[in-house]
Amino acid sequence: MPTLTYRDALNQALREEMQRDPEVFLMGEEVGVYQGAYKVSRGLLEEFGPMRVVDTPITELGFAGVGVGAAMVGLRPVIEFMTWNFALLAIDQLVNSAAKMRYMSGGQVGVPAVFRGPGGAALQLGAQHSQAFESYYAHIPGLMVVAPATPADAKGLLKSAIRDDNPIVFIEGEMLYNLKGEVPEGEHLVPLGSADVKRAGDHVTIVCHSKTVAVALKAAEQLAAEGTEADVVDLRTIRPLDAGTILESVTRTHRCVVAEEGWPFAGVGAQVVDTIQREAFDALDAPILRVTGADVPMPYNKHLERAAKVDPARVIAAVKQVMYLD
Amino acid sequence: MATSTRPNARRGLDQSRADEYRDWLRQMLLIRRFEEKAGEAYSLGKVGGFCHLYIGQEAVAVGSLAAVGKDDYVVCSYREHGHALVRGISARTVMAELFGKAAGCSGGKGGSMHLFDVSLGFLGGHAIVGAHIPLATGMAFAAKYRDTRQVAVCYFGEAAVNNGAFHEALNMAALWKLPVIYICENNRYGMGTALERASAIYDISERACSYDMANEVVDGQDVLIMHAAMERAVQRARADRHPTLLEVRTYRFMGHSMSDPIHGHYRTKEEVEEQRKRDPIALWSQRLIAEGLMDEAGVKALDKEVLREVNDAYQFAEEAPDPEPEALWADVYAPGEG
Repeated sequence: MPTLTYRDALNQALREEMQRDPEVFLMGEEVGVYQGAYKVSRGLLEEFGPMRVVDTPITELGFAGVGVGAAMVGLRPVIEFMTWNFALLAIDQLVNSAAKMRYMSGGQVGVPAVFRGPGGAALQLGAQHSQAFESYYAHIPGLMVVAPATPADAKGLLKSAIRDDNPIVFIEGEMLYNLKGEVPEGEHLVPLGSADVKRAGDHVTIVCHSKTVAVALKAAEQLAAEGTEADVVDLRTIRPLDAGTILESVTRTHRCVVAEEGWPFAGVGAQVVDTIQREAFDALDAPILRVTGADVPMPYNKHLERAAKVDPARVIAAVKQVMYLD
Repeated sequence: MATSTRPNARRGLDQSRADEYRDWLRQMLLIRRFEEKAGEAYSLGKVGGFCHLYIGQEAVAVGSLAAVGKDDYVVCSYREHGHALVRGISARTVMAELFGKAAGCSGGKGGSMHLFDVSLGFLGGHAIVGAHIPLATGMAFAAKYRDTRQVAVCYFGEAAVNNGAFHEALNMAALWKLPVIYICENNRYGMGTALERASAIYDISERACSYDMANEVVDGQDVLIMHAAMERAVQRARADRHPTLLEVRTYRFMGHSMSDPIHGHYRTKEEVEEQRKRDPIALWSQRLIAEGLMDEAGVKALDKEVLREVNDAYQFAEEAPDPEPEALWADVYAPGEG
């Protein structure tokens, strides 16, 4: 199986889907001539031409709306936001237009569009460029929210998202683009709404997604050296949430830590915890703990930034707490 | 290529189009009587939520949509009962939608502000001011992408031209030469705020100049002038793929919504009475009579005919069943998902 970066896996998914379906097009800032701000769309303009790889002005609300309108009449747009921070300018089109069109038209008008781009913090980009917005969009009925952690999932989930008839928020990890991994060639589809156990263990469940999957795996490795085997559940899709996989794991391990990059208040982890306490209360041997980004705007200073982020040490500390090892 | 023209509509009417001209009157009367009935139903508590009536602006929807083809796309704001009726959604299913009934054109889940009929290219009914302007632009993009001859038509009020969605969409439409017609129905007031209290410039059509876009100021009380301007805009879009901004000067005779009195804080009784002298229905029926295409009795008969249609719609809506309780959960996601 070839080894690709997360970036090239996304590129491959886009290329294959655009080859397969002439109604799929890519639109966004710098996706064409510049080859993508993060080079995800490298080579696509040359292969598909300017009608299908469309450079836009810096006008997030406008081109997101153009994407929704095109999808309302059956095209299958992939709308790239340079980052999800900038997509806040377009959130009206996602929440008020894309998410509600099918419902308020009595089922007549769907919006088969994918909105994608990098989310989360990178390195020292400051408060306005370092935000994880999964829970914003996951709050909205009508949207699906996808956040892949590995190159193979990035490809398989993006291909599924493009083929899906719902509006999909596809949040890539800004720090994951250079991550390498094996990626199946050709028709590799990962179903939406299905979590994946990235490492098996029976002592504790660590629920995570996107960038925190690597953090959780690193923590699990260190924990294993101390005799604790963690089950690492990568959500992959935030909405719809794969409750089945989470509950199967927790009823086996009886202990759970939820790690996410975003802020704690009303975060993704809050929804996971709610699901577990309702469906598996009697299986729990300890309160569930959450490890999140610090509840502050992201500071610029690198020491402060490091302190604000989720890291393996904080995940390990939480695991030890739910296992009463400290 | 900015232009500003006022066609000479004082020439004699083309007698060969008499049937079409009479039908325009019928459509305007249908909207007027429908809206009166909708207002009545609202007062009786049969229509809920917000209800924005189109009375006074009928010639805009009728004159413009008469120049639009059946394969074209039509996108509206929340004051869209009239456009929906002209586009061919039946009075029964529009009224049923206002009543929230399952037989409504959006299954009772849209309401007054979200009328849809995809089979007629009527793609909403949108209730965030200005947000549907990029949507129509996207439909025009799709027409160009697929190399069809379709055009997209977008209606909005003059208050929408001050927000970003308007400017972002017009810039892209001009930049990419998209077949879209933006129809700004300038009825002088964004809710209770007069145009000159909200916009730094008075002539909204001039805003098109920022995007090197064709534009016209149109008398929206005269259905013939409206139609002629729209024919030019549709031609420009269909043949040349150039967008147009039409600033259509009109006036709403009623309040902003049912909770807003006709006059009071922001406009005087005298102003409304003055504007009512240019009632688009009176102007057009007088013209048809003056040119011998109809007589008084004919106009009355037409009015009776549409009144029957509206009363039938009202009865239909009243008797129609509510959506089944399961409808609450339907159509959030595509079938078989979510």
